[in-house]
Amino acid sequence: MSLEALVPSAIDGLMLGFVYGLAAMGLTLIFGVMKVINLSHGPVIALGMFVVYTLFTGPLGVNPYLGIAAALVIGLVFGVVEYLIAVDRVINAPELTTLLATFSVNLMIIGVATSTFTTTPRAVDVSLGSVTAGNITVLGTHAVAVAVAIVVAILLYALLFRTRIGKSIRAVANNRAAAELMGIDSRRMLALSFGIGTSLAMVSGALLSTLFPFNPLSGAGYEVKSFVIVVLGGLGNPTGALLGGIVIGLLEGVTTVFIPVSWVPVLEYVIFIAILLLRPSGLLGSRA
Amino acid sequence: MRRYRIPFLPLVVLVFAIATAMPTLTSNPTLREELFLVFMLVTLASSINIIMGYTGYVSFGHIVFFGLGGYFAFYLMQVQGWHFLAALIAGAIPSALIALVIGIPILRLRGAYFALATVGINEAMRVVFNNWEEFGGAVGMFFNFSVYARYGGASQARDLGYYSMAAVAISTIAASYWIKRSKFGLSLMAIREDQDVAMVVGIDPSRAKVAAYVISAVFPAMAGAAFFFRNGLIEPGHAFELQRSIESLVMVVLGGIGTVAGPIVGAAVYEWLRGFLITNPTLASFQLSLAGLLLLVVVLFVTAGLVGWLRNRFPVLRSYIP
Repeated sequence: MSLEALVPSAIDGLMLGFVYGLAAMGLTLIFGVMKVINLSHGPVIALGMFVVYTLFTGPLGVNPYLGIAAALVIGLVFGVVEYLIAVDRVINAPELTTLLATFSVNLMIIGVATSTFTTTPRAVDVSLGSVTAGNITVLGTHAVAVAVAIVVAILLYALLFRTRIGKSIRAVANNRAAAELMGIDSRRMLALSFGIGTSLAMVSGALLSTLFPFNPLSGAGYEVKSFVIVVLGGLGNPTGALLGGIVIGLLEGVTTVFIPVSWVPVLEYVIFIAILLLRPSGLLGSRA
Repeated sequence: MRRYRIPFLPLVVLVFAIATAMPTLTSNPTLREELFLVFMLVTLASSINIIMGYTGYVSFGHIVFFGLGGYFAFYLMQVQGWHFLAALIAGAIPSALIALVIGIPILRLRGAYFALATVGINEAMRVVFNNWEEFGGAVGMFFNFSVYARYGGASQARDLGYYSMAAVAISTIAASYWIKRSKFGLSLMAIREDQDVAMVVGIDPSRAKVAAYVISAVFPAMAGAAFFFRNGLIEPGHAFELQRSIESLVMVVLGGIGTVAGPIVGAAVYEWLRGFLITNPTLASFQLSLAGLLLLVVVLFVTAGLVGWLRNRFPVLRSYIP
């Protein structure tokens, strides 16, 4: 491989990184607010893909980009319900309990999804043309995915830092007992945060469905990738997650020029473990 | 007056010995395959219990040791021509060494960070073996038929694998029981409850934790060796399957975390339930969903697991079921 391929594949990786980052923001938001590692993250990403797929192939033939808006709303509701049923009761239990509670939801989603959709690969056939400059070709679907990811990230920021609800969520994340003393209904805020986190995962799944083929089990790979990104950016830090996503996307794009594709994950996991051991608070965090 | 107590360990060994002999006595090969799986799951669940139940560290990617043991034993048998039993013992050495080397840094992490690190290590090993041509790469390795010849044929080799798995399971339970009853186990449980207090009373936490981690790594490695010996085929996706790791955690919680008997009961119940769901025509397609629902009910309402619930409900049982 030559250096000529470097720039296009770096751009490709960078664009994917935004979508990875979006999924990771969902995971990290939930961890940051309630110290729960959401193991239903992967299947929820896959559900986002199937929301778009079902609406698109259904009788109405809904445009995939409208499907993304649907995924946002469905994700929010799904997350709130999941929190109230599976997580709320054990929110103060040791981490193993919440891990297993969310894992049980993981099993249920995969069970229902595989019996409904089978594991045959699906694809949402959408094409928006492409722009070419020199040896760089940018697919329209990739550009739109990046734009949507950025818009959603900005919306999340506006919500967290410019509204009263966002302030309450941050207060609950900071100190739940103190927030309750200030009159904040912490249960409601936790449910809402879980909903927002789930919604982010579904939106990123919806975006991924316009880029790659998928089946109900596709979420697992993105889930592990989200773990890597979240640790890279610092557990519980949404800005870090977006940045981590971009770093991982870029890394995937650039390194494939120099080393075989199958070795790229090795590099990712080595970075992951190294960060955990040397800088557990992530790239943006203060030194541990 | 001294109350008569049924000795737990000899009783378990007796039950296992009878169970092991049953398929041969009743000439029921299906039962043998089921028991083989149950022995393997008991080994995985009991060894996770040592680091998770006693010490309080959620080793999420514990299956990495199963895969490593399987791979090294397989390599010794296929490429170096070792006898199965020698490979079973030797195959556990890399797992123990890796647990020792990575255990020292990662056991400093607490809570979720440790759980994530173990996932990372498992995934890293999976992709390393995916690329390692010496070990067959992504395709994996498979036995030539001649490998089984030295044991007197494929069916004798299968029997050998079966009895070895039973022995590994019993050794795991014995180790688990011994740790729970020993001073070493007491120091692990002190670390689980409060590491800082444990240090104050003179326990060296990092030493005890690493020792527990190494012990809990050895048994899955031997189970992996026996499993893949019988399987005749090993590939990375199957050896380092994160799903199986999580299933073992489920068994521990189902049976009762931190008890000796819990993982045994949990593994048997889980496997029985899965067999029931898979073979039932109306429930088969909902098998995963029902398993998820059941897990959620246990996690939310029966936090102590089956054995733990019994012990809490009938305190007299506490002296009989460790």
